[in-house]
Amino acid sequence: MTISREDVEYVAALARLELTEPEIKEYTEQLNSILDYAAMLERLDTDDVIPTAHAVPLHNVMREDQVSPSINHDKALKNAPDGEEGFFRVPRISLT
Amino acid sequence: MMISQSVSELHELLVHKDVSSTELTKAYIKRIQIVDPELKAYLTVIKDPAMAQAAEIDRKIAHNQVLGDLEGIPMALKDNLCTEGVRTSCASKMLENFIPPYNATVTDRLQAAGTILLGKVNMDEFAMGSSTENSYFGKTRNPWDLERVPGGSSGGAAVAVAADEAAFALGSDTGGSVRQPAAFCGVVGLKPTYGAVSRYGLIAFASSLDQIGPLTKTVRDNALVMNAIAGYDPRDSTSVAYEKPDYTKFLVNDIKGLKIGIPREYFGEGIDPDVASGIRAGIQTLIDLGAEVSECSLPHTQYAIPAYYLIATAEASSNLARYDGVRYGYRGEAEDVLGMFRKTRAEGFGQEVKRRIMLGTYALSSGYYDAYYLKAQKVRTLIKQDFDKAFEKFDILLSPTAPTPAFRFGEKSSDPLTMYLSDITTVPINLAGIPAISIPAGFVKGMPIGMQLMGKAFNEGTLYRVAYTFEQNTQYHTLKPSLSGEVLARGSR
Repeated sequence: MTISREDVEYVAALARLELTEPEIKEYTEQLNSILDYAAMLERLDTDDVIPTAHAVPLHNVMREDQVSPSINHDKALKNAPDGEEGFFRVPRISLT
Repeated sequence: MMISQSVSELHELLVHKDVSSTELTKAYIKRIQIVDPELKAYLTVIKDPAMAQAAEIDRKIAHNQVLGDLEGIPMALKDNLCTEGVRTSCASKMLENFIPPYNATVTDRLQAAGTILLGKVNMDEFAMGSSTENSYFGKTRNPWDLERVPGGSSGGAAVAVAADEAAFALGSDTGGSVRQPAAFCGVVGLKPTYGAVSRYGLIAFASSLDQIGPLTKTVRDNALVMNAIAGYDPRDSTSVAYEKPDYTKFLVNDIKGLKIGIPREYFGEGIDPDVASGIRAGIQTLIDLGAEVSECSLPHTQYAIPAYYLIATAEASSNLARYDGVRYGYRGEAEDVLGMFRKTRAEGFGQEVKRRIMLGTYALSSGYYDAYYLKAQKVRTLIKQDFDKAFEKFDILLSPTAPTPAFRFGEKSSDPLTMYLSDITTVPINLAGIPAISIPAGFVKGMPIGMQLMGKAFNEGTLYRVAYTFEQNTQYHTLKPSLSGEVLARGSR
């Protein structure tokens, strides 16, 4: 077992996911089986290999700092679950 | 039947005023009304805007203006491509009511080309899956056999084209999501070189792997659509400023002397022997047409699946962090903001999406980053080098697009790893960033199979040349699924 139930709960907290009891069980089992499979990568010696983040080498794409049109306030708020007076409203930040 | 014709044939009909764009659009809408209740390729159909757009094109034709290649042609977009004012759901509860305030670059470009948007088509939620079974809105059926999956994640796009519910469609391909459904449904599907088509307005899954590509009835149609959508876009920082060719220039019926490599790893374990022999028959056709074919090796192929699933999920876990119930999308109710985030994501995402977010978050988490994510990126380098080496000797490489024909519903959905392994022939291409096309190459037990051609970066032209030559000398692309009278009757109720 690579991953314990506690690991799953910890990762769920990092990912901001509330998991049900059956989900915790299921993911513990499935992540273990996937990571066991992924363990085959250890067979490869990659000490001197440079990692590839992007297949096409592009670095620091710059542009002129020019003001251009962007979507307006109304449009930006149109899809908000709870928007009011030009703001996104959320529940209170802390319970204490 | 008009709706079963290729884009280039429809163009001729429009130019010669044999049919109007309005008639054409009406015919597709009618076809959707008849067959889609059963096939369920579409999530949204926009009849009135489509008809209005068609009327506009017709006015242009009436004034005898020169008609562009795609002008007046009705098409569909995968539901992860942003369309201003038209719901873009990603087949997720999270974005069930999301109406984008802007267009994706490809949407803009197709609009500028005068195409008619018929609607948005089904997919695996957030493009995560290989069967379209992960859609929040239900499964799409394969028109060749209604008990089988259409492939995924661009399943709706492939079905819409195969069942004549659109003249062409755009999908997205992160690990095979255009090519595999194209193969399963018997149509042509291209995954362009990474950076060739702008990703602006494509709802992100794994940003270093995602590419948008066309699904079409013929190779020529595919080149025509690429002419419209490809090319540099300053709004996508990974877009490449390359010299975009006229892709139709490569459509020549001649492959004499072309060097084709057959990577033996793509014919080995896990590949259905009937699929392998079907593709070998296709290779013989190419040899008869003058290609020089020999075997080669891409030795790190077996490591592509684990490397891909670590990289793709890591990027996904980061990209999908934006769905927090604040600015758009679904919101779960809770007392405080952290509880709201957790509820929103628990209730808004489906099982496969959560599983991948979990795997990706783990792979990126402190203490495991080097062992999983960094290791996978290094293996990605080795996989890319395999291709670089092969392309020193060959113009293109050739393989089956998928290890099997379309499988049955539920056959692989119970075990995620089994489903992941079905992507072995497509994911290495995304890791290497190179282009690949799937073309119809025969049938196994009545189901279509696809032949995959892989090329050097920005060498889509050579793929089109070989694909076109194969197509001109075979009949597979002319065969259509015959939807039974029962479907047509049920659909038209």
